[in-house]
Amino acid sequence: MNHPDGVNAGRVQRAPEHFLDRQGIQTVVAESKQGRRDFIRSAFAAAAAGAAVPVALAQGNPVPTEGGDPNILNLPEHATGLGQGVATDGYGKPSKYESNVQRRQSPGLTQTTQASVSFAPLQSLFGIVTPSGLHFERHHQGWWDIDPSKHRFMINGMVKSPKVFTMDEIMRLPSVSRFHFIECGANTAVEWGNVAVPTVQYTHGMISCSEFTGVPLITLLEIAGADLKNGKFVLAEGGDGSSMTRTIPMSLITSGEVLVAYGQNGEMLRPENGYPLRLVVPGVQGVSWVKYLRRVEVGDQPYAAKDEAVHYIDLMPDGQHRQYTNIQECKSVVTTPSGGQVLLDKGFYNITGLAWSGRGKVKRVDVSVDGGRNWRSARLETPVLSKALTRFNIDWVWDGKPAIIQSRAMDETGFVQPTYQQLRTARGTRSIYHNNAIQSWLVQENGEVKNVQLS
Amino acid sequence: MFSSRKAWIAAALCTVSVWAGAQSAAYPGIGRAATTKEVAAWDIDVRPDFKGLPPGSGSVEKGQDLWEAKCAHCHGVFGESNEVFSPIIGGTTAEDVKTGRVANLRRTDFPGRTTLMKVATVSTLWDYINRAMPWTSPKSLKPDEVYALTAYLLSLAYVVPDNFVLSDKNIAEVQQRMPNRNGMTTAHALWPGKEFKGTAKPDTANVACMKDCIPEAKVASMLPAHARNAHGNLAEQNRLIGQQHGVDTTQPEGKAVVASASGGNAAPAPAKPAATKAVDPAIALLSKHNCTACHAQDRKIVGPSFADIAKKHAGKADYLSGKIRSGGAGVWGNVPMPPQTAPDGDIKAIANWLAAGAAK
Repeated sequence: MNHPDGVNAGRVQRAPEHFLDRQGIQTVVAESKQGRRDFIRSAFAAAAAGAAVPVALAQGNPVPTEGGDPNILNLPEHATGLGQGVATDGYGKPSKYESNVQRRQSPGLTQTTQASVSFAPLQSLFGIVTPSGLHFERHHQGWWDIDPSKHRFMINGMVKSPKVFTMDEIMRLPSVSRFHFIECGANTAVEWGNVAVPTVQYTHGMISCSEFTGVPLITLLEIAGADLKNGKFVLAEGGDGSSMTRTIPMSLITSGEVLVAYGQNGEMLRPENGYPLRLVVPGVQGVSWVKYLRRVEVGDQPYAAKDEAVHYIDLMPDGQHRQYTNIQECKSVVTTPSGGQVLLDKGFYNITGLAWSGRGKVKRVDVSVDGGRNWRSARLETPVLSKALTRFNIDWVWDGKPAIIQSRAMDETGFVQPTYQQLRTARGTRSIYHNNAIQSWLVQENGEVKNVQLS
Repeated sequence: MFSSRKAWIAAALCTVSVWAGAQSAAYPGIGRAATTKEVAAWDIDVRPDFKGLPPGSGSVEKGQDLWEAKCAHCHGVFGESNEVFSPIIGGTTAEDVKTGRVANLRRTDFPGRTTLMKVATVSTLWDYINRAMPWTSPKSLKPDEVYALTAYLLSLAYVVPDNFVLSDKNIAEVQQRMPNRNGMTTAHALWPGKEFKGTAKPDTANVACMKDCIPEAKVASMLPAHARNAHGNLAEQNRLIGQQHGVDTTQPEGKAVVASASGGNAAPAPAKPAATKAVDPAIALLSKHNCTACHAQDRKIVGPSFADIAKKHAGKADYLSGKIRSGGAGVWGNVPMPPQTAPDGDIKAIANWLAAGAAK
């Protein structure tokens, strides 16, 4: 059997689909359709009996045949021995049983790992905060772990005095901490024309949400005496090899929303996310959240940087490109059940997912289980914050028949997430960026969930 | 490194000399004035109006030598390679240089989009080569080398002749020959400010219908069976416990499973199969051309029911053909119907069916 490192085979509680052979799966499916649980149990038991290594059966919660569940009757080592001491690991890590939960590359998407993407495992996350180690990655020229004592931040351009700040100085200034989502403008890009990838990790995994801590950029611009009236555009520039540049509107900066951030979820930014300093531009696509931020320049014209003149431009059917497309419009996705998962039995499920809007708070999320014919409003879990992920839940009893699950978000401006048909009518299928269409997951009779698009 | 940018440095120096030492009243002791050397070292951006462009020049010929030495292994000798990065050169024509719009961008069948097809501003090329290229040793090129490489790329796209020498003096004229210089628009709602005078109105307007919103859900696209394991075993990409587990994609779906759920690779059974019998061939066309996404037989969804249309426009097949083709709004309410691109014969068949009473 194939195990993650360090996993004791005798104690792993593996998913039933791992030890059911093809005949076993067919039996389960056939019997589950008739609702005959006994057959399912015996199929699991038969499969387990045939396995080379004894496997504890927790999934399926079988009624005991020998007077009780051995997991209850036979006290395990952790109930009868002494556990490990404090600070065994100075920086704690997830359980070894969680090793499937990883950010991953989409095979064939890019030719290099330094100009590439890894996707966050949305199907395995709870709530609204993305664990920092699972935050999606997008690098243009590789990532670095920069010595923060040598990092400098410069402000120049239309300012009274160009300024230089050390990290020590930036961290002395009044700080704010705010939850915001960051979504790559190309999230869901491969799905513009048709279904291309199997799971929510690959369709929607270029989004993450963190509590960011930092200083409003406006504070630093005021220290430098920036011309806030004529300086309508601000260039943000990274300190790495790509020295990524993007144009930020001054109106967003003067609102106080744009942060020069060093903190992420209670600790410093991770190197992959721009340690020690990055820009946070709430509601705007991730490419503007310049990592390894070394400089901002105040100007009176936009900059047409490579990533706003060659990439991150949206091709329309008439052959024109929309330029300076920044806002991530209202969008949502059901994360469970979602593509690549399997429901093993009929009965109750909690449909859960994420909603967000670059224009403010999520106001409502509706969920359909019949492909958009009928909808019910989901419960929004607190907190519901502006330009942050919002978690939604809704009860569902699966009757074992095919179902098509969708979610549809509405934000506080009244904007409703579009269907694929509406989006394609407006923008065609070659836009690449800003695909915020309603996602459909087909639950088949065999319990397998597939990524589908509807006509 | 950028010592040739004396004019810009002088300007910066002047600014600093006035304000150097100025301290923020609100946050004393935080931040110091940047020196002219520091600003010159980092302020490398070049704007579309060429603010920030250092003086210098470089020939196509010199650019070709540099290109073959430092760039061709990733981008191909002619900037055409698709091996590592997307191609830079290709897809533009002499006509595009005249019009400033790349005609191939209108073609849905044109394979790929090169950098020269997209980029509207020559400053972008100069700035990016200067700051980020070569990929493994960015910022190693001198200004004259950046001019030469830019000139070489432009010559490959027939924007400048083979004997051209690009410089800060003539780059504004070259801008007037960029193939897609008129190809950008800021008339959209995705800029979070009013600086571009775009629009505040989003380009989609879904409504939050709750009941009987569409007649049937029909699957139009899903992954083919051979792609089942293309992203690796999905069972290993899900938590071991939870309300759902990952499906073992190293195994094919069981035959019984496939037959019961989807009948092979065809679209699986919809949540509620359409019960309509196709008596008139036009009825099959309604589904084929997605009319049924917005219209139902006998009740209003997004658009009016077929029965209501038949009643209102009885006998007016030509009028209905025209309406289907061009779309419209106002006859049945404010929700617009987009123009339809179905074949003429199909549109006529549907219009005839409607005009004749839309019988089931």
